[in-house]
Amino acid sequence: MSPVRAQATRTRSLRAARGLPFVLPYLPFLVVFGILPMIYALYLAFTTDTGDWAGLGNFTRTISDYRFLPAFEHILLYTGVWLGSLIVIVVGLALLLHGRANRVSATFRFLFYIPGALAGASAVLVWLFMLDPSVSPGSFLLHLLGSQLFVESIAPGKLPFVFAMIAFWTGAGGWIVVMYGALNTIPHELEEAARIDGAGPMTVALRLKLPLIRKWIAYMTILAFATGTQLFVEPQLVNQASLGLVPDTWSSNQLAYQMAFRYGDFNAAAAISVDLIAIGLIAAWLIVKRTGLFRTGD
Amino acid sequence: MRLGRGIRFIILTAFAVVFVVPIIWLILAPTKSDEALVTSGPFGFGSLHQVALAWQHLDAFSDHIYRAWIGNSLLYALGATAIVLVTAIPAGYGLALSSFPGRRLVLSLTLVVMIMPAAALVLPIFLELDALHLIGNALSVILPFAFFPFGVYLAYIYYATAIPAELLDAARIDGCDEWSTFRRIALPLAKPVVGLVFFFSFVADWNNFFLPYAVLGDSSQYPIQVGLSNLLSSTPSFNPAVGGGGQQVGIFRPELALATLLAVIPVAIVFLVSQRALVRGLVAGAVKN
Repeated sequence: MSPVRAQATRTRSLRAARGLPFVLPYLPFLVVFGILPMIYALYLAFTTDTGDWAGLGNFTRTISDYRFLPAFEHILLYTGVWLGSLIVIVVGLALLLHGRANRVSATFRFLFYIPGALAGASAVLVWLFMLDPSVSPGSFLLHLLGSQLFVESIAPGKLPFVFAMIAFWTGAGGWIVVMYGALNTIPHELEEAARIDGAGPMTVALRLKLPLIRKWIAYMTILAFATGTQLFVEPQLVNQASLGLVPDTWSSNQLAYQMAFRYGDFNAAAAISVDLIAIGLIAAWLIVKRTGLFRTGD
Repeated sequence: MRLGRGIRFIILTAFAVVFVVPIIWLILAPTKSDEALVTSGPFGFGSLHQVALAWQHLDAFSDHIYRAWIGNSLLYALGATAIVLVTAIPAGYGLALSSFPGRRLVLSLTLVVMIMPAAALVLPIFLELDALHLIGNALSVILPFAFFPFGVYLAYIYYATAIPAELLDAARIDGCDEWSTFRRIALPLAKPVVGLVFFFSFVADWNNFFLPYAVLGDSSQYPIQVGLSNLLSSTPSFNPAVGGGGQQVGIFRPELALATLLAVIPVAIVFLVSQRALVRGLVAGAVKN
């Protein structure tokens, strides 16, 4: 080993030991509020309330609950509608914005981003107003869709679309900014070359730009899927606004909450949480496989 | 493609309308009486007097509880974000610029928990807090909020890509110990990422509903988001069936709209202040990955 290399190794190992104290304050939080709850959820899902091994008992028990299938149907339909609109419209708008004059595009990006400040309960309340035909600025649209009264706007069949709309309204702007940023990383020469070869703006957008931001679309899809299946505050508030017309077990997360806090059945609640995590992981794995998200060198 | 440009502009404008119209409506709604909301045009301006009236009703609701909710939210979000900044920025620094044993494990666990849907962990966290006898205490919200793996990840990416290790080595050769190297060199250089972590952590805490909803029992301890749902269930705004309740508490649609609008203001302020850094930061993040 040359003296220089030896010295480099020594500084590196010194630096190695030095780094740990900076990480120490974070570790208790990671363990107590990250890792332990995960292990605890798994433990609860596979044991009985007395701590005995339950095998798949909690899972079969919750699946046969009459509210289980409707709740999962609701969130899967909702997530599907939301993901579809997110992918098509966010990517579409980002492509439209890309290549416009910088000032114009910055203004639009800012306008799209504004509703991001409203999330959770505030966003739901705003949309409850928007869906009330008696006060909504879009009441003519609601009439067209067959709603004369507020309760008709939140009819059970429409809810997955309503929640997808709320999620889109608050979340799309942020993703448009991200996609726009991703589009900006495409080398200008590449676009120029395509144009010289006679490609129109449409061809450049669909054949060149779209494949180049594929990984970002996959990343957005995974994150959006995971949050989509966790729907809670939206149906909870609609349940209150509709005085129970919409059940308080509309989404699977609500069902888990009711299992835990109304029936004190934490094992069943944990089993539903594990179901949700499993669905999220399977979906993430499929998306990663289909799109080559983690493949390097392309 | 002259024609294409026009169509492009129309599509973008149409979507901008969808994004902005509900906000404009929300800002105008408290200026009108409940009756005027139904009868007058949706974008008419009422009067400032109506706003004052709506605030009186809102403030009178349940003995000034609205102020308590805003105060609680500020306490929870600022308290947790302060802990996040103190723990996440040094952790990102340590993870990026050294290779202590277990570094890979900490990094991958951070990533796993980051991808893990937060709501799935709420029930086990509730049981943990229960075992620690913290349920119903402000700490039962602040401590779980103070765990923000996304912040650690952001700081890690920033230090790993934007700060050359040679710079820090130079400081050490000049006689700085580890702590002053961090404080004098690494921390000032990380201003943009401190801003980003502050923004994301504050907004996530301010808007969180599920965790405080599950762990707080008493309505005077609610943060504003849970408070809004409490307010919603005591008005006849969407359901005439609540009827008498609404008459007694004086909470109708203008009051509800004002409550929603005021609940957004802190986030809007943080958002406007950090808007430039935020957009630039997101783009920079996009480039680096």
